[in-house]
Amino acid sequence: MANVSIQNLDIKLGGNAIISQLSLDVLDGEFLVLLGPSGCGKSTLLHTIAGLIDVTDGRIDIGSHDVTWADPKDRGIGMVFQSYALYPTMTVERNMSFGPRLAGVPKGEIDRRVARAAAMLHLTDLLQRKPAQLSGGQRQRVAIGRALVRDAAVFLFDEPLSNLDAKLRSELRRELKELHAKLGSTMIYVTHDQVEAMTLASRIAVMRGGKIQQIDAPATVYDQPANMYVASFLGSPSMNFCEGSLTVEGNQVQFEASVMSVDVSTYPFAHPPVSGQRVVLGIRPEDIAVQLPSAAAHSRSPVLVTTVRLVEPMGPNQVLWLKLQDWDLGVTASSTLHAATGTIVLIQMNTARLSLFDAKSEVRL
Amino acid sequence: MSPSVPTRRKRNAWTPARIGIYAFLLSASVFFLLPLYVMLVTSFKTMDEIRESSIFAIPLAPTLEPWFIAWSSACTGLDCNGLRVGFWNSVQIVIPSLVLSIMLGAINGYALAFWRSRYANILFGILMIGVFVPYQVIMYPLVRILSSAGLFGSLPAIVMIHSIFGMPVMTLLFRNYYGSIPEELFKAARIDGGGFWRIFFELMLPMSTPILIVATILQVTGIWNDYLLGLVFGAGNFSPMTVQLNNIVNSSFGEKAYNVNMAATILTSSVPLFIYLVSGRWFVRGIASGAVKG
Repeated sequence: MANVSIQNLDIKLGGNAIISQLSLDVLDGEFLVLLGPSGCGKSTLLHTIAGLIDVTDGRIDIGSHDVTWADPKDRGIGMVFQSYALYPTMTVERNMSFGPRLAGVPKGEIDRRVARAAAMLHLTDLLQRKPAQLSGGQRQRVAIGRALVRDAAVFLFDEPLSNLDAKLRSELRRELKELHAKLGSTMIYVTHDQVEAMTLASRIAVMRGGKIQQIDAPATVYDQPANMYVASFLGSPSMNFCEGSLTVEGNQVQFEASVMSVDVSTYPFAHPPVSGQRVVLGIRPEDIAVQLPSAAAHSRSPVLVTTVRLVEPMGPNQVLWLKLQDWDLGVTASSTLHAATGTIVLIQMNTARLSLFDAKSEVRL
Repeated sequence: MSPSVPTRRKRNAWTPARIGIYAFLLSASVFFLLPLYVMLVTSFKTMDEIRESSIFAIPLAPTLEPWFIAWSSACTGLDCNGLRVGFWNSVQIVIPSLVLSIMLGAINGYALAFWRSRYANILFGILMIGVFVPYQVIMYPLVRILSSAGLFGSLPAIVMIHSIFGMPVMTLLFRNYYGSIPEELFKAARIDGGGFWRIFFELMLPMSTPILIVATILQVTGIWNDYLLGLVFGAGNFSPMTVQLNNIVNSSFGEKAYNVNMAATILTSSVPLFIYLVSGRWFVRGIASGAVKG
């Protein structure tokens, strides 16, 4: 077990700076998810931690050993790739034992480790098969087993579930979470899938353009996004944004926009709000309550009248796309609500859960 | 109502297009097989029969005599030991050249595909120029270099020449093959602790069967059919079969023994022919196999 510490990392590939001045501390036993769209540098960062890409500048420590220039095999890591990367000419058993065999681990010890990993991952009956004779889910289990057998202190996952179908993905996701609970090893996991990030992570690092935008517990990243990018990247449908300005009168702070006016006096401002400041109000689809006009609404927060533009039934709930003058917004509603295109509905925002961002810098207020 | 949907024509129906295709295939195979037929029938005839009958005629009294003469007693210059000397020379040349050139190409290709150094592309470019350099240009300097090293006319010299000349194409072949192997496989092996040679011998080489077969076919036929290099560098003791064949066929004494010449030619070309027949299927498969799926 080990922590991973990255300081002032610079990575250039073919003359392009992919990552510049990145620092990151991964705690011992933590499940850190690097989340971001393709091309944000998250895989590059992971491969650099693995030692597969050379750093241009900076320093990487694993378990308080400087491994910046260490060979991949000497870093105490195990890695699982998106394409499984199983050795096609070897059986499952030989795939898993390849690393320890090269390291000269005694045969009895190798057998013991392989048997243990195989039992953990339900692979015992498949040990003599070749990768071509396995299904996608089994292949990825073998790849995970191969990392386990290495007895690594840190496990690196590079989008391990992206090649699987939806059902297998959620199954294996659950197994991974159980595995982490059982082993307690440090894990670093790269994905562009926000569901994987939310369900697995102890902490999520949201990346964009080679920079970490926010690193926090999943709930914090979701509820208090550090900027509009993080806010829109997490959540489906994504957060609704409405641009307006603030008016401050004593203790009263009011958000004013053409479509609505919201009292935000109770909002936990990081800096004292300034009157006339241009801001963006963000509210998640599930934080907006929807009612048909027939149902009586009694609340202190303002009720807005909108028209349903589109309905997307999801099964357990439905997404209503509404139009309020020139503001398009999505809300999630119970499937029992009878709304069709053109229906007039009343909406009500849970003002305790909204976010405010500076309109120019897009940073959370 | 909607008009009836036109049914698709049965696959084996005789359409004009299909007849055209078969006619073309038939004439093409006649064009290529007719010379082989003439060679075969002639090689089983006696000289008298050759003089009297048409070249297309089936031998009336088939004889194996020309084949025995071609193999063991035809004269090449002053020696009358037949082609068998050249056959064993060719075998001695082909086997080490084959192993050496394929190993060189495989290691080069592997290094260029996975262990990319800063100058890998430049190195590869230089190597590729080698594909386009005509032999004739460097023949004389090579002879001088080998003779000053005291290697001229020796077996190691001709093996070395074949290996070096085969290296660019072999490297290209293996580099492209290894280029189609997902890089993550290599990365996984790196993390598992594989070094340059371990990854090559334990992972990459076992995965290379299709391309090894392609390379073997290319090299066996290429080296076996080589005439110029064998003529120049095998001079004397290590003349390959092709050079001996030429000496037999082009010997200017007396009457031309067409039957012996035909038999000798078929004997010489039987090795590449055999390789193609046995491994043609693998050849196509190897060429076609692009991506290797784990």
